[in-house]
Amino acid sequence: MSSWPLRSLLRGIRTTAWPHREEPAAGIGPGRPRADSHQPPDIAERCPTGALRAVAAGMAVDFGRCVHCQRCRHGEGALPWSKDFSWTAPGPRTGPPLGRRFRRSLHVRYIDAGACGACMGEVRLIDAPPYNLHRFGIFITASPRDADVLLVGGPVTEAMRTPLIKSYEAMPQPKRVVAMGVCALNGGVFGRSFASAGGVDGVIPVDLVIPGCPPPPLAILHGLLAVTGRTGTCEVEELP
Amino acid sequence: MSRRNEIAEILRARTRDAAVRELADRLTVYAVPGAVPGLARLLVAEQGFEFATLVVDHLGDGDKLTVRYFFYAPHESCLVEIATTAASRAQLPAISDTVHAADWHEREAEDLFGVRFAGHPFLGDFVLHDDEWPEDVAPMRAAFNPGTRPREPGRGDEWRPRRLLDEQGALVFPVGPVWGDYAEAGLWLLETPGEQIRQAHTRLFYKYRGVEKIAEGRAPADALLLAERFSGNAAFSHAMSYCQALEKLAGSQVPPRAEALRVVFAELERIRYHASTIAQLAGATALVVGKAMGQEIEEDLLRLAGEVCGHRYLFGLAVPGGLAWSPDAAELTRLATGVRRGAARLAQYERLLTHSSSFLDRIEEMGTLTPTLAATYGVVGPVARAAGRTIDLRRALPYGGYTETPPEVAHETEGDGYARMRVFFDEIRASADLIRRHLETLPNGPVAAPCHPEPGGALAWVEAPAGATFHWVRLDERGLVARLRLGTPGFRNWHAFHRAVEGAAFQDFPIILASFGLTVAENDR
Repeated sequence: MSSWPLRSLLRGIRTTAWPHREEPAAGIGPGRPRADSHQPPDIAERCPTGALRAVAAGMAVDFGRCVHCQRCRHGEGALPWSKDFSWTAPGPRTGPPLGRRFRRSLHVRYIDAGACGACMGEVRLIDAPPYNLHRFGIFITASPRDADVLLVGGPVTEAMRTPLIKSYEAMPQPKRVVAMGVCALNGGVFGRSFASAGGVDGVIPVDLVIPGCPPPPLAILHGLLAVTGRTGTCEVEELP
Repeated sequence: MSRRNEIAEILRARTRDAAVRELADRLTVYAVPGAVPGLARLLVAEQGFEFATLVVDHLGDGDKLTVRYFFYAPHESCLVEIATTAASRAQLPAISDTVHAADWHEREAEDLFGVRFAGHPFLGDFVLHDDEWPEDVAPMRAAFNPGTRPREPGRGDEWRPRRLLDEQGALVFPVGPVWGDYAEAGLWLLETPGEQIRQAHTRLFYKYRGVEKIAEGRAPADALLLAERFSGNAAFSHAMSYCQALEKLAGSQVPPRAEALRVVFAELERIRYHASTIAQLAGATALVVGKAMGQEIEEDLLRLAGEVCGHRYLFGLAVPGGLAWSPDAAELTRLATGVRRGAARLAQYERLLTHSSSFLDRIEEMGTLTPTLAATYGVVGPVARAAGRTIDLRRALPYGGYTETPPEVAHETEGDGYARMRVFFDEIRASADLIRRHLETLPNGPVAAPCHPEPGGALAWVEAPAGATFHWVRLDERGLVARLRLGTPGFRNWHAFHRAVEGAAFQDFPIILASFGLTVAENDR
């Protein structure tokens, strides 16, 4: 018989100290290109999603479109890439942060509205030991009737439109919707088509967006903390 | 006489000589529609071939369709294509009455192209759900506009699932599409008279994003994003398969260093994929510490990929002609160390799991897919290798860097949850060994060759973490994607999943689900 509890105790605490301290580990996220004032405009041609835009002062980056394809990361004229992950931005119809009473008890329902598997993988890890969302008083709930937050991944496929609307309507007030991943923002690489709505906003109101393809676990946690105002947000587009 | 020549002779004897053509990677037989079932039966029932995938494609003129059936010999490198032509809205004879593995392929082609298959018993509600879509929509047809959906609604609340169980007190228990903690969207209808699941129906395609359709008309570099990301946790494998198809069309030779590194990254992806599956399996059995330990290893493997390749899921690395860039020497050393360490921790994890009787009780003789059923449904990947089928494309049809170093193929016969878990661990060991060998003997040189694909169609394949994957890519005269077919292992294995659930108790359903190690995204596309 394996002694799981003993093993668990011997391993000690493996959870990141973030957000109280920086997380120094490498590979916790893909990072993303930063707006830059030194780049020639032709680097924008490498971008397959139109995330890079040449402006008078240099290169602007639309994080709502960046899918970390890394085509602007290597080779000549490469853009500088950051290692940050605090990417959450206000959505199209931002409600105010949920009040203090939610700060230690926030229930989240995750809905897969066509996510590719990478978003699925990352969202599964937010309750793994390295990240542990429970230390923030955040819980995943099986029913939208118990949920304060709907966390939605994927471009919202035709078949998931109705389940998504029903889930949203089943939630008690006050409620917030967080769209995670660029697919949930605007359809991402799948865009808007006969089969997908091209983002959550066309189906239910979105309060916060977490860009990224996929957003790493710490970016998702950052988004959930922003729901209750425990952390700030940033802009989706960065200008040089 | 090689197996390929032998099969060519047999096919020539069966058809007119002129109809069999020898291509670089396969034999192609042109047949009239009526001859297809006989040829399929010859290959599968008499010659022991495996069904690979079905590719329906438009011909240049009008609404005519080319229908290609691919088969491969499981142990000798031999790929056979049977091609036929169908007029618009024509009826083709079904092959799924003898090749059951083609069942879902025919249902899909009927739903998306409007091709009718005579003799198929279950056409209708499949990819396009009848409650959401009107019956006569065929989105894969050339005339269909991918930008918008038709306005006519489906049957809405009138739709009811098919019920088979006719017994007093019997009910249908729906699981999904919004269910569990972080479950993927899909609907499992469990028919039960009380506690035991008698019948189960898997209703997928809630995540149908129309990837094959929206890829059409895109430049190959743009369609790469779709081929890579429709199933993100096997992204490198799918991207590699797509790139191999373009390399065939270009006649370009991938440099040796890139071939070796592709093996390294594909195997890294396999290790991480299997680690994630095992962690989810431990979670499904409520072994909380076991799940946490598995997730920790998964996270460390993701970080390793992120550190060395810039992206935790290896996005952006594979490009037509090789790799987008090469990690430097320090990064490769870090990769070798990280893989060695991850494999050692997984070995220790395996010892802990296989010495936990409470855990083994939940997976032994649970969710059994017998070797007979596995063969009937033509399942692939670890699910097949746990049920006596030693099918692995890295050996059956060696490609890229696997030609020199084919891996050991795991082999179990019980077909239950425990056998599948042992296969996952065996494959992790084999993958770590492959990575070590390739990193020790890594050739120097460039990692990308020029790749300018010519118009035409090509089939490429990889053994993705979940099993055999076949991508068909056809480019038109402008060099744009005219057809992208993603023949995925998820599509093969979900077909058989319900057979493993029959007879199980309700609380075992999530365990069986986790033990299959499948993703819905890979099926739905």
